Amino acid sequence: MENKIVLSMQGVCKAFPGVRALQDVSFTLRHGEIHALMGENGAGKSTLIKVLTGVYEMDEGEILLDGHPVSIHSPQQAQTLGISTVYQEITLCPNLTVAENLFIGREPRRAGFIDWQTMNRKSDELLEKLDIHIQPTQQLDTCSIALQQMIAIARAVDMQCQVLILDEPTSSLDDDEVAKLFDLMRRLKEQGVGIIFVTHFLEQVYEVSDRITVLRGGELVGEYNTSELPRLQLVAKMMGKDFDDLAEIKSTRTGNPDTGRPPVVEAKGVGHRGTVKPYDLEVHKGEVIGLTGLLGSGRSELVRTLYGADKADTGTLKIGGKQIKVNTPLDAMKHGLAYLPEDRKNDGIIADLSVRENIILALQAKRGMFKPMSRREMEEFADKYIDMLQIKTASRETPIKSLSGGNQQKVIIARWLLTNPDFLILDEPTRGIDIGTKTEIQKLVLRLADQGMSVAFISSEIEEMLRTCSRMVVMRDGRKVGELSGDDLTQERIMKTIAGGEKAHA
Amino acid sequence: MPEAKLTPPGQKKPLWRRIAGHHLFLPLLCLVIVLLSNLIKTPDFFAITIQNGMLRGYVIDVVNRASELVILAVGMTLVTAASGGQDISVGAVMAVSAAVCCQVLSGGEVSVTTFSNPLILAVLAALLASALCGAFNGFLVAKMHIQPMVATLILYTAGRGIAQLVTNGQITYVRVDAYKMWGSALPGLLFPVPVFFAIAVVLIVSLVIKKTALGLYIESVGINGNASRLVGLNGTKIKWITYIICGILAGIAGFVSSARIYSADANNIGLNLEMDAILAVALGGNILGGGKFSLAGSVIGAYTIQALTTTLYAMNVSSDQLPVY
Repeated sequence: MENKIVLSMQGVCKAFPGVRALQDVSFTLRHGEIHALMGENGAGKSTLIKVLTGVYEMDEGEILLDGHPVSIHSPQQAQTLGISTVYQEITLCPNLTVAENLFIGREPRRAGFIDWQTMNRKSDELLEKLDIHIQPTQQLDTCSIALQQMIAIARAVDMQCQVLILDEPTSSLDDDEVAKLFDLMRRLKEQGVGIIFVTHFLEQVYEVSDRITVLRGGELVGEYNTSELPRLQLVAKMMGKDFDDLAEIKSTRTGNPDTGRPPVVEAKGVGHRGTVKPYDLEVHKGEVIGLTGLLGSGRSELVRTLYGADKADTGTLKIGGKQIKVNTPLDAMKHGLAYLPEDRKNDGIIADLSVRENIILALQAKRGMFKPMSRREMEEFADKYIDMLQIKTASRETPIKSLSGGNQQKVIIARWLLTNPDFLILDEPTRGIDIGTKTEIQKLVLRLADQGMSVAFISSEIEEMLRTCSRMVVMRDGRKVGELSGDDLTQERIMKTIAGGEKAHA
Repeated sequence: MPEAKLTPPGQKKPLWRRIAGHHLFLPLLCLVIVLLSNLIKTPDFFAITIQNGMLRGYVIDVVNRASELVILAVGMTLVTAASGGQDISVGAVMAVSAAVCCQVLSGGEVSVTTFSNPLILAVLAALLASALCGAFNGFLVAKMHIQPMVATLILYTAGRGIAQLVTNGQITYVRVDAYKMWGSALPGLLFPVPVFFAIAVVLIVSLVIKKTALGLYIESVGINGNASRLVGLNGTKIKWITYIICGILAGIAGFVSSARIYSADANNIGLNLEMDAILAVALGGNILGGGKFSLAGSVIGAYTIQALTTTLYAMNVSSDQLPVY
């Protein structure tokens, strides 16, 4: 492909009340190029995308499309100019058919009525062209998330787009699905579409992108050819410092868990019909235990039964040597359990409430309705944890929804630390947040364990678990299939246990 | 984002922007506009005179007549915030409360001139009945997960029937001064008694919300039920509580309303008032889908609605044409 520039943004500035989100940022995209936009949470990636798609108006700067200056005031206008976006959350209608979703708002008409035949035929052609195998008449929610994502892309492509923006398209896909998505991206690239790819996954950037632009703190760090930028350098550029923090983590791990006393948590035959088969589990004081397995293998479901988020229907649970009944999360909390859920947005944050209220909520719930905290007490708690976890927020009264993902996660962690738990369950605490915060969270977990807290840690990234956990529970198909510790804790062993004795998963 | 780039809160924003940005600004503006519109059409709207030791005037009338609506709006706000839906049975619950109250007072007669039972007993019975109605609504919404509007539709239609049953299909009159005064005037007070009921309800409910964590719980459950459950809140219980509170408040409103006319008119007490209460919540800037709420906003909304009604009366619009607005 020729190196013709399709889009160029020059000197873009954008300020929000209290925050300079973008300062003098430039960005160039060529035809037939996959261009990764990288940066930590809050670096300004989303703001740049939103300026480009007309969601926000920029304060200064200019956008050149095919060499002509354009001003973009609305997402619709961006679309007519050939700039299409596919967001992380799928913005299609699950109750309509694939064809309807593809043509919504621009249905082919005949005599004022929708021409279903043409619509379905055109959809078929379009899907065929992109090698997506699916019936246009199928209802959208019968398709997998990956397919839905591809349909969203197909819709964008069909609107004659020159610039396709993919905002975190892979965060909810498994490896197979990601591979398919990348195939699609490569095909589009050959057709000359310029693709902006926003993601947190380094591997994916190196797998598919041609060029990388790095932002940090609202400013441009630089534009690089992917092949010329080693991974470590990229991370260093994103964080603005040399990156050996992660390597350090393991060495800070000291001491062995105390196995003499009764375990903090002891589960015998606990299970939940349809999600987790009965399992035994012991967790000792000051131990970090990892739960691993493929997505949907029952990792999250296992901890949910411990916490009472799903009521266990078999087995017994002892906490601190005493047998207890856990019917609701409150029962578990009262016995010193805390649970950071996997789905931060739906199960974690109370979006419209302030950072302060989000932090104190669990402790308040534990104390009960008639023992409210005074305003002063709440403020002290909130300030303490904002300080301790370095939560970046304009003030403690800022609604949590306006914080970046990593900082929201820290608020939820603060919420649970405030309840002073004996056993902290962290389900994917590092998903969708930047590397700097990931490191901080892993360090925090180890620090807490050193202070005697027991932690259950779930993560899709095995390296993360290897660094933090002293013992790993392996799950497969809702069943606990093994426990690994000591020298067995290697990536290879874990993979083998996940795969099991039968033929490994494809 | 580096902290250095954050402006400290409270600075830089000009005063008028801070006022305009306040969540009560628009509701208040609405009220003021409605009131001021009278200056053109009815210049004596703001005139207040004293007759028989009572303040009289259109403005007093607004404050007086809005009392029941204010009481309902407070309950409706809580229900809306917690369950993301509205209780459309409050008007009918008012009728039930009025019927029970008058029936206890009259001891089953159609018209009495002395109490058959103590007033306090009658009021307690009325509040119990309305609390039961609230609990029934709460059961359907919180426990059975029925949409609030649909769930409360049952009592919306059945409530007036229950009230008719209680009064045997008659309008029960309680022609006793000790009853009438709760809806009109007490010696020594400048304002009509219903105004004080409204003030008391607003104060007590705000106090309960401030002095317990109920307000925070309601908002959490209303914004994100899943997350609230995982931090140990019992969403079912909290929603249920709001419906019971809403029922009791409707009962109080029913008592006031029946004291005004010293009778229980099952067909007309609180008629269509549920819609006004919902409107008051919305005018107050509260999101009808639940979540954060402002009692003050709803109260202002309620007074705005009554101001509008009284304004139209003052302009000599007949009550038959009034529903047009």
